Amino acid sequence: MIVVPCPNCGPRSSSDLRNCGEVVDRPNPKNATIEEWRSYLYLRENLASWVKETWYCRTGCRKYFTIERNTATNEIRGQ
Amino acid sequence: MMSRLPQQENEIINRSIELEFTWNGKPYTGYEGDTIASALAASGVEVFSRSMKYHRPRGIMTANHWDPGLAVQVDDEPNVRSGSRRLEANTTVSAQNVWPSLEHDLGTLNKVVGRFISSGFYYKTFMRPRFFWNHIYQRVLRKFAPGGKIHWQTPSTSTYDKRYVHPDVLIAGGGPAGMSAAISAADQGASVLLVEMESGLGGHLRWGDTSEISNMKSLIKEIENRENIEVLTDSTVTGRYDHNWVSVMQRSHSITRERLIKARVGTLVVAPGLIERPYIFKGNDIPGVMLSGAVRRLINLWAVKPGQRAVVFTANPEGDSAIRDLQKAGVEVAEVVDARKGQRIVAAVGKKRVKSVELSDGRSIDADLVVVAAGWTAPTSLLNMAGDKPEYDQKAARYFPKELPDDVLATGGIVGNGDFNAICEHGNETGKIAANRALKLRHQRQTSTAWARNPNTPSPERIEDLRNSLVREEHPECYYSTNQGFVDFSEDVKYSDLVQAAQEGFDSIELMKRYTTATMGPAQGKLETVNAAAVLANSIGTPLAEIGTTIWRPPFAPITLGALAGRIFEPTRRSALQDWHEENGAVPLLAGQWVRPDHYGDANAEALNVRNNVGIIDVTPLGKIELQGKDVSKLLDQVYTNRWESLQIGKVRYGVMVEEDGVISDDGVTGRLDDDRWLMTTTSSGAGAVWEKLEDWLQTSSNDWDVCITPVTGGLTSINVAGPNSRSLLEKLVNDVDLSSESFPYFSVREGTVAEVENCIIWRIGFTGELSYEIHVPSGYALHVWESLLLAGKDLGCAPFGVEAQRILRLEKGHFIVGQDTDGLTKAPTVGLNNLVKLDKDDMVGLPELADSFTNDRLPVLVAVQTDDTKVVPEEAAQILNGNSNEILGRVTSSRMSPTLKRSICLAQVAPEISQPESKITILLATGERVPATVLSGHAHFDPSGSRQNV
Repeated sequence: MIVVPCPNCGPRSSSDLRNCGEVVDRPNPKNATIEEWRSYLYLRENLASWVKETWYCRTGCRKYFTIERNTATNEIRGQ
Repeated sequence: MMSRLPQQENEIINRSIELEFTWNGKPYTGYEGDTIASALAASGVEVFSRSMKYHRPRGIMTANHWDPGLAVQVDDEPNVRSGSRRLEANTTVSAQNVWPSLEHDLGTLNKVVGRFISSGFYYKTFMRPRFFWNHIYQRVLRKFAPGGKIHWQTPSTSTYDKRYVHPDVLIAGGGPAGMSAAISAADQGASVLLVEMESGLGGHLRWGDTSEISNMKSLIKEIENRENIEVLTDSTVTGRYDHNWVSVMQRSHSITRERLIKARVGTLVVAPGLIERPYIFKGNDIPGVMLSGAVRRLINLWAVKPGQRAVVFTANPEGDSAIRDLQKAGVEVAEVVDARKGQRIVAAVGKKRVKSVELSDGRSIDADLVVVAAGWTAPTSLLNMAGDKPEYDQKAARYFPKELPDDVLATGGIVGNGDFNAICEHGNETGKIAANRALKLRHQRQTSTAWARNPNTPSPERIEDLRNSLVREEHPECYYSTNQGFVDFSEDVKYSDLVQAAQEGFDSIELMKRYTTATMGPAQGKLETVNAAAVLANSIGTPLAEIGTTIWRPPFAPITLGALAGRIFEPTRRSALQDWHEENGAVPLLAGQWVRPDHYGDANAEALNVRNNVGIIDVTPLGKIELQGKDVSKLLDQVYTNRWESLQIGKVRYGVMVEEDGVISDDGVTGRLDDDRWLMTTTSSGAGAVWEKLEDWLQTSSNDWDVCITPVTGGLTSINVAGPNSRSLLEKLVNDVDLSSESFPYFSVREGTVAEVENCIIWRIGFTGELSYEIHVPSGYALHVWESLLLAGKDLGCAPFGVEAQRILRLEKGHFIVGQDTDGLTKAPTVGLNNLVKLDKDDMVGLPELADSFTNDRLPVLVAVQTDDTKVVPEEAAQILNGNSNEILGRVTSSRMSPTLKRSICLAQVAPEISQPESKITILLATGERVPATVLSGHAHFDPSGSRQNV
């Protein structure tokens, strides 16, 4: 279990938080084609490298925040 | 015949406390401090088990946790390692893997057919004919399956637990290096957790000479003097994971049988010492063949005489010490075979005990004990788990760590050799560096938040790693003397099996492991990995250094499933009325985190009472979220499919939520209490998820909106008052709200006083189809209001009803439940929400999918269904088929016998072509019977016009 730095609560075990996955741009729902929308829903880069992801401090301050995590090494750098 | 020696200088048994136990049904005694194996050995037991494949007799070989022949059954616990398990009084211990008995085991017949049970035998033999597998192979193999018996019918009386710790430094191994590291780390101000697998600190010093014992005692004293060192003995560090998440399995705890400790560690110091390696020669598994560590432990720790006449094969100083220990114990040392002079043992001869030993010079010597000191295996598991790939050093004949991350350090025998002072010095320096790195990390963690108390305090100065390496003493490469004998004792894999595997093409160490199962048994490679690699190297003519080793994965030592499950840290939620329910005969229902009243004896009567008089139900788990701010309606527009801005104060609206993929995720009513104050209700199971969803939208995409979210689910106790008499009942208890139909119509909300309790919220909504009110009471007064309702309603026929009655009532009305009548694919058109989805909004959750779903004419349709035979109640999830074919056209989602209509009623999701009213459909019951049913118009079975609630 890795340590994830919550900006309010400080470093926490990842089980205290929830990984909401890679940050993806949400298309404008008014003009997006259904294909664009579904690629937003289901397609991810899934890199074995630095990935920007959202976490949710579900047992602490309840903040949603983003970090950069190297998915190959679990190294984490600034928010 | 082994026997107990007179008192030894540093024995760890307490001769004043005798412990009685049974072994294979016969009474035995041992002393406190004995392991099960030492107590049995002291009483003359030589054969402890039968081996896995050939059922060969096996005895003590290493006399520690890794001993492959010492697995026994203790009471209801199988596969107990008697080499390390402390003896407890009044236990029932028996041999495993024997049939019919340890002494006369029929499995030894396997010996006769042994040449057929070679590598890949199972893969090759039991493939065909297929029919044989169930009827013959399985039955026979079961008889010979290794391992003990789980008494699954008797409940386990054991308790298991978990603990979380956050030491700055965790040290795996309590020998001289580990103890020195603990002392110096503690002196730097670090909190230290020192974990030792054996029953006491000291490592190899415990079975050493007088000066080693006194060194050990002084180190232990230093440890005891430091308050910031916590010592765990009889405990094993079983794994190291990312960011120094370390698991420790603790035994011999006063309360629990086994406790799993989860540690977040600053620096992990790995100081496990070395594991003595067996030697491959013919007969190397016969009882009486022991490693030097085993005889030294038996003699010095437990005062057990390991044999009468010994041949000692020694390649190192520890083997030489064993000679002295044997002589001290009165064992005749018949011959010393010195590996450093090129001498070798080639065979041990005997059946249930060694009788003689054959040497490389051709001599045969009578002996009942063969002591082997052939070298060491570095237990690098924890280092491998930290990413290290240890490398082989031919000169020292063992593996050494290569590259470690910053937060893992190694010390002691695993990194080199040295006398007591050199080892302590290395441990000492390691402890300093470990503490320094851990304290820097602690400082960083404590100052990383904006609100840290002293964010500007200086971080400790980094100490560079300038440790003098320990020397790597030369050691002869002693792996095998001949091409006979066992490589893996716990899996019965011989030298010849590995050669055969290599010849068949399984010539990489990882393939060979899986093909032969060498290193895959209970010892998990601790004893046999390097020997297996050496045999492979020899048989394919490759240097050992290039063979590599198999990957060592967690756990380092076994953990029981009980400890892994441990204690569940999930609370059960109870409403303020749950005690009342239980005192009044409610049958509990576990729904998510909540325990609720399912019914109070007769759900049908409860439902009928709601239809005829008035009932009250505790619906506290209903999610309640208070929303305040100017932009609440914007947030509601975003998460609900319909529009909210125009909702007037005092009015209530029903809303459905979908996810971004258009699938229905929740529903509920939300009311406007004031201009900027709203109260949202959610499904009971969705309360948490909806809250998080609201936070998500507010924080990540609309953080300029003025909305404040407060979940109040537990703070307000919710009571639904339903039935034709509900208004009359409430009128008795509510004075400040006009309850008349004109001023308080359906789908309105008011704030008022109920039974003199102020600040209650009264909703006029209903799930049951009757005139009904839902009251939210501050939970502290809930019981008073509940009892007041019952008292005031006595002459109105007021009675409580449970969740089951409510489910019947709502099904009679055809109200769907999210998650029951919808699933992870159900979209808005399926449940008929056409008017509740406003596709002309600029944005809302799942908008494109919602729009798309209304163009899809293949979506299933939720319909009300009645079986033609009124008495047949289909099971929920029963399939709906196309006539007599097996084509599935839908399924029943809810099904009950209706006490109001006295017939069975269902909701079902069906294909569009059979969704029209009056469609004839076929339901497949669990019995296999197909029953005809008819689709209704609309969802309601009862009062479709809603005349009963609009009064």
